[in-house]
Amino acid sequence: MKRFEYIRALEPQQAVMFATPTDASFIAGGTNLLDLMKFEIETPIKLVDINRLELESIEITADGGLRIGTLVTNSDLAAHPTVIANYPVLSRAILAGATGQLRNKATTGGNLLQRTRCYYFYQPDSPCNKRKPGSGCPAINGENRLLAILGISDSCIAQHPSDMAVAMRLLDATVETLKTDGSTRQIALKDFYCLPKDTPHIETVLETGELITHVTLPAPIKGMHTYDKVRDRASYAFAVVSCAAVIDVDDSGKLTTVRLAFGGIGTQPWRDENVEAILTGTDGNDDVITAAADLLLKEAKGNGQNDFKIPLTRRLLKQVIQRALASRSLASKGA
Amino acid sequence: MSNLTLTINQQDYQFDNLDSRTTLLDVCRHHLQITGPKKGCDHGQCGACTMLVNGRRINACLALAVMYDGDEITTIEGIGMPDSLSDLQQAFKDHDAFQCGYCTPGQICSATALIDEIKQNWPSYVTTDLQQPDGLLLQEIAERMSGNLCRCSAYPNIINAIHQVLSEQLSEQSSTIHTASNLTDSAYITGIWSPPPSETQLGKQSVNTPSINSENKGARS
Repeated sequence: MKRFEYIRALEPQQAVMFATPTDASFIAGGTNLLDLMKFEIETPIKLVDINRLELESIEITADGGLRIGTLVTNSDLAAHPTVIANYPVLSRAILAGATGQLRNKATTGGNLLQRTRCYYFYQPDSPCNKRKPGSGCPAINGENRLLAILGISDSCIAQHPSDMAVAMRLLDATVETLKTDGSTRQIALKDFYCLPKDTPHIETVLETGELITHVTLPAPIKGMHTYDKVRDRASYAFAVVSCAAVIDVDDSGKLTTVRLAFGGIGTQPWRDENVEAILTGTDGNDDVITAAADLLLKEAKGNGQNDFKIPLTRRLLKQVIQRALASRSLASKGA
Repeated sequence: MSNLTLTINQQDYQFDNLDSRTTLLDVCRHHLQITGPKKGCDHGQCGACTMLVNGRRINACLALAVMYDGDEITTIEGIGMPDSLSDLQQAFKDHDAFQCGYCTPGQICSATALIDEIKQNWPSYVTTDLQQPDGLLLQEIAERMSGNLCRCSAYPNIINAIHQVLSEQLSEQSSTIHTASNLTDSAYITGIWSPPPSETQLGKQSVNTPSINSENKGARS
C-alpha cells in the first residue's frame, strides 16, 4: 500500500475542503477502497475519514419517502423496520450482497461508488482502460464470463457490481451531495452513472471533492417486491444476472405496475422504462414477455464467455413476471 | 498519527506515530502479539481475521487502526481464554467444529455477533419473512456464516455448534423475540415474503416454530 496522509473530518464542509486535490479519497467503510489500495489500484495521497460526520440516520421525508444518511451501513439499512416494510426489494438486494462482516462496514454512499470486479481491473500489471486510460482492454477478447453485455463500449465491458444500487435505481433514488464550494445538489440515480464510452475511468458525474451526503427514496410503491440473483455460489458471490422488481397485478390478472432493474449485465445498474411500458397494462402473456425481453436486450452484446447472459436474462425476466402473476392468483384464492 | 489509543479486550494501548497504513489486524498481531485473529487472505474474503468492534463483526484486515480510536474492540482473546471458555467456544469443542483450527477464532467471533444479530431480528438473504426471521434454521446459520471460510470444511459441525448455543440463548429470552413490527404501510407491499407465500403460509400467517429444520423452507440458491 502506498503511503497516504490520514485526515479525520468532523464536519461535512471540512471533509470537502480536505478532499479538493485530485488524489484525495473519502473513506467510510473502506471495504472496497482498502482492498484496492492494497493492490495499489487506488493510490490516494490523502485519505479523508468521514466516519465522524453525523450522516448515519434514516428519516421519513415529508412526502412519505426515506432520506438515508450516506454513512448508514448496509446492515442497518437492510434491517431497518421501515425499509423492510416499505421497500423490501432494497432489504433483499442488500442482503444478497457480500457477507455479514462486510455489510457491517459498507455504507450506503460507498456501496454506490464501489468499483467493478473485472479481473483485469484488479490485476495491476494488466492493461485496463478503466485503471490506466488508453492502455487497452484485454477483457473484450479474454476472461469476460462475468462482465457486462449492456452499456459496453470498445474500451470497456466491466460490469457494475452492486446489488444495492440495482434496487436504488428501481426505486428512483436520488443522491444528495455537497460540493467543495459549499453548494449542494440532487442527482437522480439514473443520471448518476456514466457509460464507459471512451472514458471508462469516469464512472459517475461526481466532481472532485464532491461528497455524497444522503440517498433519498420517494414514497413506497405498491406491489410485490422481489430481488432475484443468479450467481456461481449460493452466497457471497457477485451477480451473474440479478433482477430487482416491483410488480402489481389487479384482480383481472392485469399487470398494473411493472418496474424492473437488472444487475450483473450492465456497466451500470440497468433499467429500461420502455421495457416496463410494454408489460404494463397487459396480462403478461408469453408474447408480451418475449417482446419486453427483445427490447431489453436489443443492444446487448456478448464477447464470447458472457454470451450466455443474454438467454439467462431472458429467462430471469420471464420467471419474475410469471411468478408475480401466479402469486397474485394464489393470494386471491387464499384470501 | 500520534497519540492513538485503541481499546482492545478492555485494555487501552497507546501508539505514537503508528503508520497510517497499519490495519487493525496487523496492530493486534504484529504490535501487540494478540495473535488469535488470523491473516488468511488479507482482502476480506476469508473471515479468519474477524473481530468485534462495538459488538459488531468486521474484517480486521480491511480496517485501518487509526480509524478505530475510542471504539471497543474484541478479539477471540476477549471472548474467552482456555480456563474461561465462552458458550460458543465450549460448543465448538463439543461438536468437533474444527480440524486445523486456523479459521476458528474468526468463526467464533463471527458466530458471537451472529447470535446478537438474530436476537435483534436482523433478516438474511434466505429469510422467508423479513419481519420474522427464523434464525434457528440451518440454512439461516449457513447463510449468515458465509463470510467465514473453513478449508477443512468443518461446516456441518460449525453450524451445529452455533445452533446449539443459539437455541439455548433464544429459549432464555423467548418472550422478547419474534415480535412482529406493526407498521401499517406494508399492507399493499408483499415482497416482505420471498419467495411468495405458499397456500399454507397464507392460511397460517406468521407461523414460526424454532426447530432444527434442514428442509429448504424458502431458501433460494
